[in-house]
Amino acid sequence: VKSVTLPRFAIIAFLAAFAVTLTPRPASADGGDILIKNGTILTVTKGTIAKGDILVIDGIIKEIGENIAAPPGVRVVDAAGRFVIPGIIDSHTHIALAGTNEGSEAITPEADVGTVINADNTSILTALSGGVTMVHTMHGSANPIGGPNVVLKMKWGRPSEELVVHEALPTLKFALGENVKQAGRTVQPGQDRRYPATRMGVNAIIRREFEKARNYMEEWDRYTKAAAAKNPPRTLVPPRKDLRLEVLAEMLRGERVARCHSYQATETLEFMELAKEFGFKVRCFEHIWEGYKIADELAAAGIGISVFADSWAYKMEAAEGIAEMAGYCAKRGVLVSINSDSGERIRRLFNDAAKTMKYGGLTEDEALRLVTINPAIQLGVDRIVGSLEVGKQGDIAVFNERPMSAYTRCDMTIIEGDVYFDREEIVKEREEAAKKAAAAGEKGGVS
Amino acid sequence: MTRRAFLIAVLVVLLAPFVSAQAGAEKTIAITNARIIPVAGAEIPNGTILIKDGTIAAIGADVAVPAGTEVFDATGLRAYPGMIDGYSSLGLVEISGVPATVDSRETGRINPQARALEAIRYDSMHIPIARSNGITAAVVAPSGGLVSGVSCLLKLDGWTNREMAVKPAAAMHIELPGLRSGRGGFGGRRGGQPQADGPKLLAELKQLFSDARAYEKRRDAAARNGLLALPEFDETSEALLPLLKGEMPAMISVHSERDIKAAIAFVREENIKAVFYGVEQGFKAAGELAEAGIPVIIGSLYDLPTVWEDGYDALYRNPGVLAKAGIKIGFSSSSASVAKDLPYHAAKAAAFGLDKAEALRAVTINTAEILGVGQTMGSLEKGKAANIVLADDDILELRTNIRKVYIDGREVDLSNRYTELLDKFKKREIK
Repeated sequence: VKSVTLPRFAIIAFLAAFAVTLTPRPASADGGDILIKNGTILTVTKGTIAKGDILVIDGIIKEIGENIAAPPGVRVVDAAGRFVIPGIIDSHTHIALAGTNEGSEAITPEADVGTVINADNTSILTALSGGVTMVHTMHGSANPIGGPNVVLKMKWGRPSEELVVHEALPTLKFALGENVKQAGRTVQPGQDRRYPATRMGVNAIIRREFEKARNYMEEWDRYTKAAAAKNPPRTLVPPRKDLRLEVLAEMLRGERVARCHSYQATETLEFMELAKEFGFKVRCFEHIWEGYKIADELAAAGIGISVFADSWAYKMEAAEGIAEMAGYCAKRGVLVSINSDSGERIRRLFNDAAKTMKYGGLTEDEALRLVTINPAIQLGVDRIVGSLEVGKQGDIAVFNERPMSAYTRCDMTIIEGDVYFDREEIVKEREEAAKKAAAAGEKGGVS
Repeated sequence: MTRRAFLIAVLVVLLAPFVSAQAGAEKTIAITNARIIPVAGAEIPNGTILIKDGTIAAIGADVAVPAGTEVFDATGLRAYPGMIDGYSSLGLVEISGVPATVDSRETGRINPQARALEAIRYDSMHIPIARSNGITAAVVAPSGGLVSGVSCLLKLDGWTNREMAVKPAAAMHIELPGLRSGRGGFGGRRGGQPQADGPKLLAELKQLFSDARAYEKRRDAAARNGLLALPEFDETSEALLPLLKGEMPAMISVHSERDIKAAIAFVREENIKAVFYGVEQGFKAAGELAEAGIPVIIGSLYDLPTVWEDGYDALYRNPGVLAKAGIKIGFSSSSASVAKDLPYHAAKAAAFGLDKAEALRAVTINTAEILGVGQTMGSLEKGKAANIVLADDDILELRTNIRKVYIDGREVDLSNRYTELLDKFKKREIK
């Protein structure tokens, strides 16, 4: 019997395809230094430079201007005719995680997605191909109180701990409405519904947990004071450490902020009441398709929103979404970002941002803010990223056409001066692999 | 005023919108000073379109406007033919997560008797949104199973489903398996091999077709000869016959290279008219598709590559490769709630190699021709239906505003659920 072997060309082509797409990049391929020349630079915060250069040294933007000379050994990228923008930031996604929802219980603030980062997830490459350099990757929306979220840079090929952005504000995921009341869940015979099953219960359970957390803090305060006394009673024992309430205590101390998934106006306003009652901070409401109905309350409270451009009507509470929302709320003073919430939409966030020009009447500059500096502010990292300014990190995307055009394409994505996505290189390698495959076998065309 | 005169006055007021909409088709309208992009033929930098009886009576740089014609001065605007969505669920899906509002997928696997026309919710909230972005017609397709049912080509204006149907039976929809379990989604790619055996499903279809042909023979023989027993009514066979007789094409959802090639052979062997839909790995079978002369409705580009090794941009460059090979392509929204995004799928493909003019054809005339209505719609030409869109910029661009839309010569209302909700809450004043 003849043994079955793969044709040589097939093996070569197979390996070549993997080489193109799956090989982790070497560390700091460009050493954190790069000079991008002659592009139209949309700085986002400091206006547009029609034709200029941007120099990144050791990962930090050192100079933005004209006719910057390349220091020796620094890679030069010709961006003539192209558009240079800050790396895109996704304020709400779930990529690069080995788990999303701890849905078995309603209250799980101890379930931290930062402990399950998956740096090998190809969604990172997908994100890079759309100019995305940073994401806020979040616990899912199965629980009224979910878990802490984490901010990552899309450093493909680096170990997970190097992706984490420690400067970001610590956040905790909350969720309201249909998902947490499990509206779409079929209960099997003999099973009970998980509490809560109504919006009343959702509000009540969150209040209950914060009451518990207050008590818990009080208990510890009493213990600490008693223990610090000159002659602490010999029977004094510390309270039980509660990992759930520890996280909520961080919220009550203002060390962690809420990112709250909500859709309807009522549930959103009620969550704001809870925040006032307990004195915790809400950084952002997520999705919040009825946000336009309460834009002024959001603006007055200084609470941002992180929303879709126009993905709507996928469930009852999303049936009053309007594509004008992001632009309308931004104009009424709400800090708005456009998010992906998806491993697919993440690569066309720039298209989604551009939709606010038509629906909502934003300018090109205003639209670009929704996926750059605004999400950076929401994540508390606007000091280091979100715009092209000297002293900020060199997170940059290069587009072949105006980034808010439907015809645009991301050509290059750079994080801290290192090139992580280079379309030209990918196309070149693909063509070479195809040539090799064609040469190795008469049939060719194997990819 | 007598009571009777008062009632008549009330009736007149109540019926006014209806009457004017009806009368609109009769009115002669001239759109002047427009930059006309007819799609068929060269651009007219400054021209006039004369609309009479719902059709384009004249178009050009030197069109005489008869006295008494209603004139719209379109200075600064471009005139395009209305766009046609090659595959949507408009009118079949309102809120996808609420089953009571979903009529797109019949239960079971073999449903040639299911006709989209008969379920279309003509006042769907999604239709005016799509229309206000320049889409004037759409294929409304059933989905799911192996034979999903019959689609309808719908114009996006009218008072009833029947009134809106341009082609009540546009195509018989057949679905071969996709390459993964879901579209887009949370964590990222779900690549891999086809979920089920496409060629095996095609064999099952062959059996169905063969049964239908045999059934027809027995039925016709019995009709001719009273001594023969009438065969029991066979719903499936009856519903498949228009396809087998060439009265309608099959629209075959097909995704992988292997299945595309198998489906080409199937179409040839069964001698049916066919359009392929989806066709994500079409770039690997472009030569075969071109040779077979099978047109393609491109599936949503809001998706990830089916197989990661095809390259991150496989879906985006696929339409350009197909068009270059000489295959007629049309785009689709593959959606109801974001059917308005049809032009952006085309623009995305243009960003990855598809010629811009071809991208425009692929949302207008190509799709009309693929659906067999190229003689009456899809371009701005004398004698064609006056489906016209006036835009302030390139119709495929994200920033472009649509100023006016005419369907069959009637100017349609551009307000929609978005604008109504926004207008309502704009009025809100906080105390």
